[in-house]
Amino acid sequence: MSIKFKPPIGKFSRLNGKCISLVGDDIDTDRIIPARFLKCIDFDSLGKSVFDDDRRTLKGNHPFDLEINKGASILIVNSNFGCGSSREHAPQALMRWGIKAIIGESFADIFYSNCIAIGVPCFTLPKESIKKIQQYLDIKNLFLEIDLLKSTAKAEDLKFNLEIKETSKKMFLSGEWDATSKLLENMDLIENKLNDLPYIKFNIN
Amino acid sequence: MSKDTLFDKVWDLHKVANLPGGSDQIFIGLHLIHEVTSPQAFGALKDKNLKVKFPQRTVATVDHIVPTDNQSRPFKDNLAEQMIDTLEKNCIDHKIKFFNIGSGNQGIVHVVAPELGLTQPGMTIACGDSHTSTHGAFGSIAFGIGTSQVRDVLASQTIAMNKLKVRQIWCENKLANGIYAKDLVLHIINQLGVKAGVGYAYEFAGPAISALSMEERMTICNMSIEGGARCGYINPDEKTFSYMKDKLCSPQNKNWEKAVKWWKSLKSTDNCIYDDVFKLDASQVEPTITWGITPGQSIGINQKIPSLNNIHPNDQFIAREAYEYMGFKPGQSIKNTPINVCFIGSCTNGRISDLRVAAQVLERHKVAKNIKAIVVPGSEKVAKEAKEEGLDKIFIKAGFQWREPGCSMCLAMNSDKLIGNQVSASSSNRNFKGRQGSPNGRTLLMSPAMVAAASITGKVSDVRDFIKK
Repeated sequence: MSIKFKPPIGKFSRLNGKCISLVGDDIDTDRIIPARFLKCIDFDSLGKSVFDDDRRTLKGNHPFDLEINKGASILIVNSNFGCGSSREHAPQALMRWGIKAIIGESFADIFYSNCIAIGVPCFTLPKESIKKIQQYLDIKNLFLEIDLLKSTAKAEDLKFNLEIKETSKKMFLSGEWDATSKLLENMDLIENKLNDLPYIKFNIN
Repeated sequence: MSKDTLFDKVWDLHKVANLPGGSDQIFIGLHLIHEVTSPQAFGALKDKNLKVKFPQRTVATVDHIVPTDNQSRPFKDNLAEQMIDTLEKNCIDHKIKFFNIGSGNQGIVHVVAPELGLTQPGMTIACGDSHTSTHGAFGSIAFGIGTSQVRDVLASQTIAMNKLKVRQIWCENKLANGIYAKDLVLHIINQLGVKAGVGYAYEFAGPAISALSMEERMTICNMSIEGGARCGYINPDEKTFSYMKDKLCSPQNKNWEKAVKWWKSLKSTDNCIYDDVFKLDASQVEPTITWGITPGQSIGINQKIPSLNNIHPNDQFIAREAYEYMGFKPGQSIKNTPINVCFIGSCTNGRISDLRVAAQVLERHKVAKNIKAIVVPGSEKVAKEAKEEGLDKIFIKAGFQWREPGCSMCLAMNSDKLIGNQVSASSSNRNFKGRQGSPNGRTLLMSPAMVAAASITGKVSDVRDFIKK
């Protein structure tokens, strides 16, 4: 694990990787990264602590510990993944473990925006398709090729039409998912807005 | 698509631009920060050679990691000390107002901002914490953000976001005696489910909501996120204004009149359009307790833990997981479940009215043998007020430990943690696996009054048995 982590930068339209399945609904961000690991001033060391409690409980049998899942980068999940706390430490921990994209039935709002903000696309598929992928993964490895432009995920013998929010898709395709500089381009409008807001005026005591 | 709701009005007012990707650029009127989700954001600013654009629109406090027993510096926990130290430095470097320990105004960020009058109707409020929805109780549009968005707000006072849909949750009639806001919000989440709110802002309305005090309204909006809604709000009314009058940062003198006039114009208009409306009868709500590992898995005190065939197929997987983790069997009563730990506090229920209600239940009673009971005021102001009223003495006399303000055992980032598979009766907001600091610790969410009742008997009890005259 001595390879230095490189966060994704720039635009991308294709993504290949081995899938790892994590079965369960409502998997919250406390489970993804327990609160004790939030005592840090950077995200660097979070990768190894992802799902720490669940992994301890399963004593080596958690999907993130299984030898067969080594090197996986596309996470397959079920419904309402990432609910709970707004901690960006959760997608940061997944990303630093090696996850580059997530495909699930549905995602919690804040978790979803955190993933997009750090460059981890989240796609949705119907329950049955996720089940199909998870059953496939029970038997053998699955390598998917994700085409962001066409919104498809393909393997030799499987093909799925992925859903992703149009705004997120455009961001990745254009490389503008790192929002700060885009926001700052509108500084004149921002300053005008500040001057226009009624409460700014009556809060000068 | 919603139209003319408070959410629409406030959103449109704060919209700066349409972004090329299709989302909106939204101005953030008030940005709140704390020690856990801000250091990496300040780090990113440094990396990009950026400054905090409008430092006067960000306010900081420290809450998640603070010890509640001994707060003398440096903290015993080196990592906790490093985090508060980093926040102190960042606030000095960027000229951000910081309510530190001992300032008289430190506390849980969602308790502090309303009590200082920072939280106001019609504002957009963001904070790197999912319970930012709390501030919606004042008719502000408030939501949690991640660290990358904290960075964006610091750098530009704006974020990129897609507009949410609006669901009105209409609560008919009134809560019965001995039933609290916590019971109502747990009931709402149970009825709608933990993911129904994804993509929505929740507008809480109806006679039962109007009847609630401001602090009770905060409890309701606080837990919107547990129902999946990033944002929850209540239209401002006379109660809102009278709560805010003469707060430290509230508009003063002539400005107050102007502010009230504007605030009154914000509420959802009579013929506004919602994307969805959900109605419930608040008079039917019982003291409500969670039995599982999501805040949606709750039942009334007199109900039995549901069996799989009474649970929607989509919720059966997590129900199975919950039975196993909690050690409950379908059909079992929740009443009389033995508990080990009682926790009163958190941004959901750590305010002065919460402490008053719990103290009332505890008066002339003792905490049962072998129960560890702690009460953690939500802020230094709450602690001061409670002491002036003698509430601390009631708690201590009953056998509770009276602690210093912070988030404490809600998420156990300090040394207040469950041990092993202890069962906790908790006034907090999340009963997730491992949430209270032990990987197999078990949390039963309930109102502070119900926690107080449980502490006396040592088991889940109906608080109405203690408040009957």
